[in-house]
Amino acid sequence: MAQAVQRSTVAKIRKDRRKAPWPVEFYRSAVGKKWVMALSGLMLMGFVVSHLVGNLKLYLGREEINLYGEALRDMPGHLLPRTVLLWVVRIGLGAAFAVHIHAAVTLTQTNRKARSKNYQSPRDYLAANYASRTMRYSGVIVLAYLIFHLADLTWGAGPHHLRGDAYNNLVYSLQRPLIASVYVIANLALGLHLTHGAWSMFQSLGVNNPRINAFRRHFARGFAALVVVGNVSFPLLVQLHVVEPTCGKVRTPIADERPCATAIPEAHETAEGNHP
Amino acid sequence: MSPANGDAQTTNANMKIKVTVWRQAGPNAQGAFKDYDLDDISPEMSFLEMLDTLNEMLNDRGEEPVAFDHDCREGICGSCGMMIDGVPHGPERGTATCQLHMRKFSSGAHIKIEPFRASSFPINKDLSVDRSAFDRIIESGGYISAPTGTAPDANLIPIPKGVADVSMDAAQCIGCGACVAACPNGAAQLFTSAKLAHLNLMPQGQAERWDRTVNMVDTMESYFGSCTNHGECEAACPKEISIDFIALMNKDFVKAQLKQRRLAGQLFP
Repeated sequence: MAQAVQRSTVAKIRKDRRKAPWPVEFYRSAVGKKWVMALSGLMLMGFVVSHLVGNLKLYLGREEINLYGEALRDMPGHLLPRTVLLWVVRIGLGAAFAVHIHAAVTLTQTNRKARSKNYQSPRDYLAANYASRTMRYSGVIVLAYLIFHLADLTWGAGPHHLRGDAYNNLVYSLQRPLIASVYVIANLALGLHLTHGAWSMFQSLGVNNPRINAFRRHFARGFAALVVVGNVSFPLLVQLHVVEPTCGKVRTPIADERPCATAIPEAHETAEGNHP
Repeated sequence: MSPANGDAQTTNANMKIKVTVWRQAGPNAQGAFKDYDLDDISPEMSFLEMLDTLNEMLNDRGEEPVAFDHDCREGICGSCGMMIDGVPHGPERGTATCQLHMRKFSSGAHIKIEPFRASSFPINKDLSVDRSAFDRIIESGGYISAPTGTAPDANLIPIPKGVADVSMDAAQCIGCGACVAACPNGAAQLFTSAKLAHLNLMPQGQAERWDRTVNMVDTMESYFGSCTNHGECEAACPKEISIDFIALMNKDFVKAQLKQRRLAGQLFP
């Protein structure tokens, strides 16, 4: 006996929308968003590593790291006016952050819709690890820390901040135990985020090949470890008084002399005049 | 093997277990867990036979039996599937619920059974869920429009052994929905990527490769969540399908964006 086929009507979790130009259409798709997240993540990973490598100049002394800061403002030499390229890089990184966060937020909303009612008994995860399940939290911590870090050392809310004297600004800031612990905790969160992100990136981009598949996890863990060890070393070594503020006169082309320890610097005018 | 009927071979080693089962009268009814004690379960029973035994007991008591999906009971149809102790298809890897045996549990075990959950897998009743959203994904890409004529000779199109093997790995997908159930995001990437890969890897599948990829991904995304690369789906899959196929789908989706599909004779959006 023929029976009428009853077609079930499962509701879609998103509305059908009119077709848009392809970059928009591509970004609307979750696979496209993940691709964008992977690429922006890769950009930010590049930033994190170059930031770390640059900061390691702290261990070469005040002059070296301050010259490095000046070199960043001055790149690429006389080809462009001062700070132009730096601002291009800053805007590019800001855009990468913005798109990374936007994609993360919208994908999370989609995923919540895709499981509107969760399991009522405890789940037993087989493969998902702590890092992968806490991406949204580690991400938020890193974002909060980024704003704090910019306020502290770039915009100059730190103690005795003197524009252009990266060395002492950093050391004065990290001498405060509370601030040092913020840096340590935030970098551990960053490491956690990278442990999953630097692996996940390969999958999202479709970089999957038996020759490198085993390497991808090692890369992510190694990368995260490198970033954590490097970045945590700064607050730690300052707290252990291995790195101290400079005393007396150190002649650099950047900042004028500055009294040591907790004395309030007096050379604001000249420094700010030179370095807008 | 049929449920134990008090035969001599099974009486000695029979297990006493307690099951907590999600009971829900209908799609919109309020559901709740209910406990049942079973004290004559043979270790040789499959998980579904254990549920059969439970249903016989409920029938005898005059209660409503537990609804659950099943068909072939040999691990190839993809009908059965439920969350057993928080894992789709239970604790044994690479096994569908029907092939999970009670000997994997110890006597006195307390087993929690819940239906697969996802917004696009609405519960029909008890442990039975509506997985027809998978059919929508298949419909959106699972045909070819080329006239094929009569059946060609079997070996007319040379296919290297490796290609056939990998394609078969993907084609093993039985569409049970464990990947969606396992995914914290309720994403269907493993299912869709397996269905895509088993066609996209074959020479016969090239003709509509890019359209198929875009259409199936699009349909998938209108019902399911997105991939965050936890790898839970791969671990839960009764056919142990690899998340490598998800990477292939991601790559094909991006490639499809860049193809001149109009000149390839394919529809351009």
